Amino acid sequence: MWTLAGIAVIVAGFMLRFNPLLVIVVSALVTGLAAGLDLQAIIAAFGKAFNDSRYVSVVWIVLPVIGLLEAFGLQERARGLIAGLKGATVGRLLTGYLLIRQATAALGLTSIAGHPQTVRPLVAPMAEAAAQQQNGTLSEDESETVKAYSAATDNVGLFFGEDIFLAIGSILLMKGLLEQYGIILDPFELSVWAIPTAIAAFLIHGFRLWRLDRRLARK
Amino acid sequence: MITLTYVYWLAGAAFAAYSLLGLRNRRPGNAAFWGLLALSMFAGDRLGDFGNGVLVLGLVGIAGFGGLKRAGSDEVTLAVKQERATHHGNSLFAIALIIPATALIGTLLFKYIPEWIDPKQVTLISLALGVLIALAVGYARLRPALMLPLQQGSRLIDSVGWAAILPQMLASLGAVFALAGVGDVVGGLAGQAIPQGSLIGAVLAYGLGMALFTMVMGNAFAAFPVMIAAIGMPLLIKQYGGDPAIVCAIGMLAGFCGTLMTPMAANFNLVPAALLELKDKNGVIKAQIGTALPLLAVNIALIYLLAFR
Repeated sequence: MWTLAGIAVIVAGFMLRFNPLLVIVVSALVTGLAAGLDLQAIIAAFGKAFNDSRYVSVVWIVLPVIGLLEAFGLQERARGLIAGLKGATVGRLLTGYLLIRQATAALGLTSIAGHPQTVRPLVAPMAEAAAQQQNGTLSEDESETVKAYSAATDNVGLFFGEDIFLAIGSILLMKGLLEQYGIILDPFELSVWAIPTAIAAFLIHGFRLWRLDRRLARK
Repeated sequence: MITLTYVYWLAGAAFAAYSLLGLRNRRPGNAAFWGLLALSMFAGDRLGDFGNGVLVLGLVGIAGFGGLKRAGSDEVTLAVKQERATHHGNSLFAIALIIPATALIGTLLFKYIPEWIDPKQVTLISLALGVLIALAVGYARLRPALMLPLQQGSRLIDSVGWAAILPQMLASLGAVFALAGVGDVVGGLAGQAIPQGSLIGAVLAYGLGMALFTMVMGNAFAAFPVMIAAIGMPLLIKQYGGDPAIVCAIGMLAGFCGTLMTPMAANFNLVPAALLELKDKNGVIKAQIGTALPLLAVNIALIYLLAFR
């Protein structure tokens, strides 16, 4: 039971708003000690895992390109493009992005979009421009909401599209795990069952985007 | 052969540049933080496990006690940007799209030349290649000052701050949890919590357990083997004869609903809040809860209705 103390540390640490990096290290120490590891072994285990997962932080190499293009007006251009379109709304724009993100993720193309690559430089400024057109002026709260929905739409599109692709990590994980239990399945048999949820995700999130439009228009 | 090592060197060079620029702008904490990360990218494989652990403690020491300063304001004014945007027009989009286009083409084509490019790492290698091509085209078309991309990159990474390594830290915490057997304990508890002989109770415990445990671990991949071992396999598949493909595939997606609702999934939820400079760090999560909860209910219903026909 004491091995769960690390989870309690995480939950309490996030709720009390300590620095998350500190919370994570303390949680790792508590968990390791509860499991009977000594301090040096815990530090080494954490260090090994950190080194093995460096690929997670590689994405930051895109920042110089994004920074360069933003200095030359990429966000302003993205806004201008939307401002020139009649009938562009946040809801329609983000629903279109949701569809593209789901469809490309379903083809295995998960890394062609993302928060640093597309949401910050393109999607969020376009969504803000559309909201401004709908609403005249955009309050700070509304602008925050529109940006948050832009990021949320990218996540929903990615999560509920990618599992339709045969060779994505989660499908391979399921296949491998089932094999350990002696059940042999083709990846296709798993990925086809991601389709009902993908449709539901599109309908639910699309409905919420439509409501966002109504909320922005009402003011 | 081109492997991930070269991509790590490129990342190391970028972080080293952010570090040097931090030093020049009199931000010693930022310089030390990005410098340590550059060291990790360049030499992580030679530091040894304990050495890497000490490096992590150094990163956490700097960030955890307020050593990182916020990003400075943008030196390029809005008026200049608007004028440049009018001048360069849609070629800005073309350069921006080089990165995803290269990632797309590389992912599809590099698999056919395994002698030259590590076939397991095509996506990250293509991404790095896309960045280099986009930079080259950007220099040629826009003719910026030599240091401008790195200066802007440095400002952007400082605005993301310590959240930049949060995903990597959480992945490492997951490894320690696995070593300590946290999953088995949680699985045991979840298994005990189900009323005997109730199919709907078992399906509910499985779906909710996937989402909740994913929220705690920040990752559905970590929660999935635990919930399969605790409930999915012994009850849903063996005892009630559920279709294993449906139980697994939709169970995983129930876990993804949890990912939408937790700060532990930092790269999806906290990093974009930092990138978009939201005042509310949990703003993205709040925008997602309204989609995640009904979708979780749909997933649980789908398992119940489809898997036991």
